[in-house]
Amino acid sequence: MLPELGHFLLMLAMGVCMVCAPLMLVGAARQRLAWIGLARPAAVLVWALVMGAFLILAWGFYENDFSILYVSQHSNTKLPTIYRLSAVWGGHEGSLLLWMLMLVSWTAAVALFSRQLPDALVARVVGVLMAVGVGFLAFMLLTSTPFARLLPAATEGKDLNPLLQDPGLIIHPPMLYMGYVGFAVPYAFAIAALLSGRLDAAWARWSRPWTVAAWIFLTFGIALGSWWAYYELGWGGWWFWDPVENASFLPWLVGTALIHSLAVTEKRGLFRHWTLILAITAFAMSLLGTFLVRSGVLTSVHAFASDPKRGVFILIFLCVVVGTSFSLFAWRASKVRSEGQFQLLSRETLLLVNNVLLTTAAAAVLLGTLYPLIIDSLGLGKLSVGPPYFNAVFAPLMMVLLFFMAPGLRSRWKGHDWRALVRELRPEAVGAVALGVLLPFALGEWSGLVALGLGLSAWVGLATAMAIVRQLRTPQGLRAPAAWWGMHLAHLGMAVCVTGVTCVKAYEQEKDVRMAVGDTVSVGGYDFRFLGVESRPGPNYVADVGRVELSQGGRVLRELRPEKRKYLSSSMPMTEAAIDTGLTRDVYVSLGERLVNDVPGAWAVRVYYKPFVTWIWGGCLLMGLGGLVSVLDRRYRKRQAARGAVPAGAATT
Amino acid sequence: MKFKALLPLGIFVILAGFLAAGLQRNPSEVPSPLVGKPAPAFAAQRLGEAAGVQFSPTQMQGQVWLLNVWASWCVACRVEHPLLMEMAKQKVVPMVGLAYKDQPQDGIKWLERHGNPYVLSALDLDGRTGIEYGVYGVPETFVIDKQGVIRHKVIGPVTQQILDTKLLPLIRELQK
Repeated sequence: MLPELGHFLLMLAMGVCMVCAPLMLVGAARQRLAWIGLARPAAVLVWALVMGAFLILAWGFYENDFSILYVSQHSNTKLPTIYRLSAVWGGHEGSLLLWMLMLVSWTAAVALFSRQLPDALVARVVGVLMAVGVGFLAFMLLTSTPFARLLPAATEGKDLNPLLQDPGLIIHPPMLYMGYVGFAVPYAFAIAALLSGRLDAAWARWSRPWTVAAWIFLTFGIALGSWWAYYELGWGGWWFWDPVENASFLPWLVGTALIHSLAVTEKRGLFRHWTLILAITAFAMSLLGTFLVRSGVLTSVHAFASDPKRGVFILIFLCVVVGTSFSLFAWRASKVRSEGQFQLLSRETLLLVNNVLLTTAAAAVLLGTLYPLIIDSLGLGKLSVGPPYFNAVFAPLMMVLLFFMAPGLRSRWKGHDWRALVRELRPEAVGAVALGVLLPFALGEWSGLVALGLGLSAWVGLATAMAIVRQLRTPQGLRAPAAWWGMHLAHLGMAVCVTGVTCVKAYEQEKDVRMAVGDTVSVGGYDFRFLGVESRPGPNYVADVGRVELSQGGRVLRELRPEKRKYLSSSMPMTEAAIDTGLTRDVYVSLGERLVNDVPGAWAVRVYYKPFVTWIWGGCLLMGLGGLVSVLDRRYRKRQAARGAVPAGAATT
Repeated sequence: MKFKALLPLGIFVILAGFLAAGLQRNPSEVPSPLVGKPAPAFAAQRLGEAAGVQFSPTQMQGQVWLLNVWASWCVACRVEHPLLMEMAKQKVVPMVGLAYKDQPQDGIKWLERHGNPYVLSALDLDGRTGIEYGVYGVPETFVIDKQGVIRHKVIGPVTQQILDTKLLPLIRELQK
């Protein structure tokens, strides 16, 4: 009975959305206060309905109800409870339900935490989000309900994909989806602004915290995914330019551009068209990502939930959403004029550079991702674009971005005398060049690219640090606005992340060796002694556990235990790397194949030395924390005049 | 102004057109005109052997075998690789690798790192053999019977499901 109830709840949610979306939009246009007043309760009601459906599905997993087709396909009685719960989003139908839950949660959040916004605006935003919800609910109910029955019930389920049985994967998808779906909020604000024709600075101020909130989740989600790939796939890689990774990276790049562009629109009333386009594009990229992942138009290592038939639906949905939005934009945009002027050297210009670089990077990644598809559609054959393309295009763009980041952080709005800026940044420049030239010697071999990478991250790091030092010397000191601290923290994170990427790329060492019991191999100044492999049963797998003694200069540090797991439900072996994590380096051991034609007990073993690899994710963490701090800024929670009458450029903190 | 405002819409329409076209073409299910035809003949340098040591499909005459197209630069190949290793261990069927558009030293390194499931690998430096076999993307796997006729082709990584439902039954059937 419960699954039917779940399905019914989703239908009910769809009904409410179908009624309320037009009601809100028309109500706001005609100033019907009674209709507008429904926005907040309706948003909460839809949230409760979808949450109910989600809990029912989760209960089905908890209870091992194999009469639900989806549960029987993705769970198993031997699966540990925690993975039984995360299996809720382990497949296509469940992850759509999660997507939907995130959307209604954002909608409810906007409804509840926007007391300071005009009611008509809230109604419009909720209306747009509900219209998006109609599309996704229709998708679920028509093509992929998670509540379909399997009668007679299976006695035992298949298993959750072993790759997904990992702590990182419990929170990675929800984080990522929160980010993806979160961009629906700035999108809804943009559409609401276009509908009302009121495209002033207030609109940008209202969407800023929501954009940053979505961006935080996406940042954490991507970082988690990369970290998971690093320790779970056993290749020691952390980014593969896989289509599905790109699908999450595209909204991130556009979203990052949007955050910066929103700042200009709010503070100076400029770039209004551009900001609107970015807000629509960020959400379009999220939908495109969903399309790419779900439709199977591109082959990917993530292709565990694809079905071409579903692709048609998402594509139609994508066309409706983005097509209507850009049409609306074309119709309304001519009424909007950006006002205000700025000099050639000013924060506006530098943020424009940021936007151009980030969108170019996004376009390049999009092109590389879709290139096989485009070439195929034109009948020119099939091919795939590999990491060399992405690295060749992406890295130079990021270098230029880093170069402009320091002056961007330190320049003033409207105009900055370039001689003054040069004088101000001279110590940082000297420090960056010195560090760039000297650090590679300390780390190992000197190379121009490493010097450039480290020099640029030092440039950004020093510019940020000096800005903080200067701030502390002012009477205001620590009491600078939260947004100010957040911005600097996030840019410091960027410097940390780039340092990590540069060091790993340049100085990682790896060895693939055959090891018999007692053999020793040295990598990066560490000695690894192979003590043998023992067999150990897990809850739903059998593992070969290798024992490797890690020592440095004759001093034993610890024993590493890389595993090779064989899950009972599939014959695909999984590697669990053993990693000794440190601030300046990771030491990584993963078990390869048992060598049958060799002496007994000999294995292929992969050993990696990864300097500063944790800095990559540490940097992402800092960026996300920076976002978090800036969202908490009091300014966003202040009650604004209902008509948004704050003149552009009035607030200049 | 009006024209510029329509620009984003225009770009999106073009993009959507390509996406729609992409849907018509499933990258992993392209019927190969080669299925049912004799495997195209070729003679190629063997990977990791002295210059001049060549492989040609006629050497496999009389047994059922798989031709697996791989490359060291191909990420999806790593996905199917453990499965191929498992098959090699169980000696299901001899597998010949075709190192597609790959540098010999890269290919050798890759096999050392990930294990070598192949009885041998042939080199296809310029992708010419790939063209003969209608290779769309890497990896691809051909099932070739005792008479040297291509009986099936898998585009994209071989998965457990494809292996269990398609490849293994077909191979057993052909081996009879």
